[in-house]
Amino acid sequence: MNQKEFVAAVIPFQNKLFRLAKRLLVSTEEAEDATQEVMVKLWNKNEVLNQYNSVEALAMTMTKNYCLDQLKSKRAQNLQIVHNNYKESNSGLQKNIEDLDTLAWVQKTIDNLPEQQKIIIQLRDIEQMEFDQIAEITDMNPTAVRVSLSRARKTIREKINNTHQYGIS
Amino acid sequence: MEFHKIEHLLEKYFEGQTTIVEEKELQTYFSSPDVARHLEQYRSIFQFFTHEKNLIRPQKAAPKSKKRLVVWLSVAASTAVFLGIGTFVYQNYNTVTDSSFGTYDNPEMAFQETQKALNLLSTNVNVGVQSVQYIHEFDNSKNKIFKK
Repeated sequence: MNQKEFVAAVIPFQNKLFRLAKRLLVSTEEAEDATQEVMVKLWNKNEVLNQYNSVEALAMTMTKNYCLDQLKSKRAQNLQIVHNNYKESNSGLQKNIEDLDTLAWVQKTIDNLPEQQKIIIQLRDIEQMEFDQIAEITDMNPTAVRVSLSRARKTIREKINNTHQYGIS
Repeated sequence: MEFHKIEHLLEKYFEGQTTIVEEKELQTYFSSPDVARHLEQYRSIFQFFTHEKNLIRPQKAAPKSKKRLVVWLSVAASTAVFLGIGTFVYQNYNTVTDSSFGTYDNPEMAFQETQKALNLLSTNVNVGVQSVQYIHEFDNSKNKIFKK
């Protein structure tokens, strides 16, 4: 694969990688670094890339692993990994949609989910991938993915319902 | 009624049993302006997903501008070098033409003048050679002494 072919193969899903990284790392800069890193790793794997049946799935798996590693090393540095550690420079969501305050609530709820569930919500509800694809990326079996997904969705519903009812009464 | 269907889909959705097509249906329903009142609370969830889907990777302009900077730097450096060489050559050329070398229009006179100059040179060289003869003499006597 030469450089041009590589870029052409990678461009279509680079935003997906970025969104997954951002879901896990929260900060845009960190997510951008992660995406960059995965791109470099992919390029180094250049010769063996055609042995994989889906470069995209491979890239997603690499992104996932890289981000989890990052989170782990942040934890090891004795930084408590709450989302205050990564402040958004351009506080994107809140600013862009001030009128839709509830979206920020959904964001917060998802941010508080365990990593595995975050990844699954990202891949299913945002990227709309099929279960077997998600299973491949997360290295789980499809049933487990389904269960985890259901659990995550119910958590979100519960949190949102609470705030919703709180708003009314 | 439509919202019955949506309610049913929602139920399946939270069990993780919906297909991609059904989930897309839910997303379009919740991004439409007329959502049934009692389903209003789910709107934000699906709107959030739709919103997040459009997030794109920021394009980094930095490496490109760096490259451009290098290009401009090299352009500047090469113009500086060329200007330097240019002025140097120009000045040298000027001094050659401006200097007051005597020139002869008549070739005969030029030949004579040249011969005169060369004669002057050769006699002066011979003067030098004669004085070197003494050194040779000295050398000879030194050899006589040191051989014994």
